[in-house]
Amino acid sequence: MSIRFDSVTVAYDGNVVLDSLDLTVEPGEVMALLGPSGSGKTTALRAVAGFVRPTSGRVLLGGRDVTDLPPYRRGIGMVVQQYALFPHLRVDENVAFGLKARGTARSEIRQRVGEALEMTGMAGYARRHPRELSGGQQQRVAIARALAIRPGVLLLDEPLSALDTQLRSGMLAELARLHRELPEVSMLYVTHDQVEALTLADRIAVMDKARLRACGTPKELYRAPADAFTASFVGGANLLPVTVSSGGVDLAGREVKVDTAGVAAGARATLCVRPHLVGIGEGPNQLTGIVQEIQWRGSTHRLHVRIGEHDVMADVRELRDPPWRGDEVTLHFSPDDAVLLRAGVGHG
Amino acid sequence: MLVHSRWAGRALWAVFLVLFLPLFALPLLVVLGASFATHWSSVLPSGLTLANYRSATRGEALQALVTSLLTATGASLLALVVGTWAALAAAALGKRGKRVLDALFVLPVAVPSVVVGLSVLVAFSQPPLLLNGTRWIVILAHTVLVTAFAHQSVSAAITRLDPAYEQAAASLGARPSYVLWRVRLPLLLPSLTAAAGLCFALSMGELSATMMLYPPDWTPLPVLIYAATDRGALFTGSAVAVVLMAATLLVLFAVSRVRTRASYR
Repeated sequence: MSIRFDSVTVAYDGNVVLDSLDLTVEPGEVMALLGPSGSGKTTALRAVAGFVRPTSGRVLLGGRDVTDLPPYRRGIGMVVQQYALFPHLRVDENVAFGLKARGTARSEIRQRVGEALEMTGMAGYARRHPRELSGGQQQRVAIARALAIRPGVLLLDEPLSALDTQLRSGMLAELARLHRELPEVSMLYVTHDQVEALTLADRIAVMDKARLRACGTPKELYRAPADAFTASFVGGANLLPVTVSSGGVDLAGREVKVDTAGVAAGARATLCVRPHLVGIGEGPNQLTGIVQEIQWRGSTHRLHVRIGEHDVMADVRELRDPPWRGDEVTLHFSPDDAVLLRAGVGHG
Repeated sequence: MLVHSRWAGRALWAVFLVLFLPLFALPLLVVLGASFATHWSSVLPSGLTLANYRSATRGEALQALVTSLLTATGASLLALVVGTWAALAAAALGKRGKRVLDALFVLPVAVPSVVVGLSVLVAFSQPPLLLNGTRWIVILAHTVLVTAFAHQSVSAAITRLDPAYEQAAASLGARPSYVLWRVRLPLLLPSLTAAAGLCFALSMGELSATMMLYPPDWTPLPVLIYAATDRGALFTGSAVAVVLMAATLLVLFAVSRVRTRASYR
């Protein structure tokens, strides 16, 4: 089932928390709403669920306008960060809740509860109470409960934030598998974690300050971010102010070769280079600077190098003989790995 | 309270005992002692007997105990229903509406119970609502007096209730009434039983409003105790008081058992 935001604006007492959002999630698509806290991503999700009423605009589910429908008539599955399992009901009763509320026949309830628990690997815990389960298990039950009603749309609000790192990557793989098993279910996945968004989503909508900044496939956003905010939020990036010259850009008095298509010479722009695409040693586009900081991160070293008045981060494979702070090093990057952004640095 | 040094801990215990014993424990012990006595002229009661209890557990006193238990049960159940209903309604209202409703329900506590008794007497002494002279006027007055407490404790519990549960239920397709019966009330159950216990205890001990209202065939236990002490039968009165205390505590204990089985977290 598709989800469509048609210039949805949400404001509380004149305070705009979601500013005319236009976005369409195709049937069966996983769309991540990625942004920092306060960016409006959760408000957008709650507008789909029906817990937030848009001040203006419409929300459509499968082409039907649901803006005025109460939450219980929308047929949406929802999973939230804190699970919100009913503490007074057993696991199977929790999963059966939505079906019972709809008056589904008892034999069918039993079958569907079994299926949902099987799918989330919780079949062995049907008779337990939520308080007897770990966080990861509770989140699986919450997912089973949402899936048991066979929703056309599954809303996930930071579903993995309450889990520890190891569990999180496991659950991420589980969610990807669930989506493969339920290819017709559209998922709207709210997160502030770019790894979750990059791993799981077909497309990512990047949000900041109540607005949609960019929307595209993870690769598009990563390789060719539309603006500096997207570049830094999706994947992290060196954002360097440059002046465009003929055939390249001027970075603090140094000539750097990049694709300047579409940007006039003499214009100010931002050069975006991913830290892991910066190499150490001689090469194309080489820049020399002083090491400000060096961090060992197991398989990589992160170098902070001062070039002119800019800090450049480089993530390089673990160095056998790493430089010291204060040493002079040479960095380089391929012209193909740099993206020129028109927006200036710091405009978010 | 966190007290780290052993000496300070002991000192606090001493202060606690000095304050607690004379204020709370001793008066009750005195009543307990007196209930077994025929005389109390020196330091300790004398002429120990069970006769006081014999008269406190039969005839008029037994009748009064049953009356009190029925009145308290009826009043606390009514108060629970009305108080919970009002608290749920208040939660659904806006801020201002909630404040008005809360204030309205606190009124019977703010007003002296004598006044409440009098107003109930005046209000229900004429047709069409002629309750004066029946047991219902006593139960009604008790309900009015204890509803405030039920309302207040349930109201507090509703405020603490995580809206995520209701929202999860709604997203699963449950209508508001289904959410109320299957999610909100079960989650409020511990607070509801606590409120019921509180109302019961208050109703069991209510005297001032009852005095004005009770008909001859519906004499609650506190009235009997008052009458006994009034005519100087202190020791019989003490025995009746101990019976009242024991019956109340027993019921509260039973209610608290329900609560522990119903608490989920």
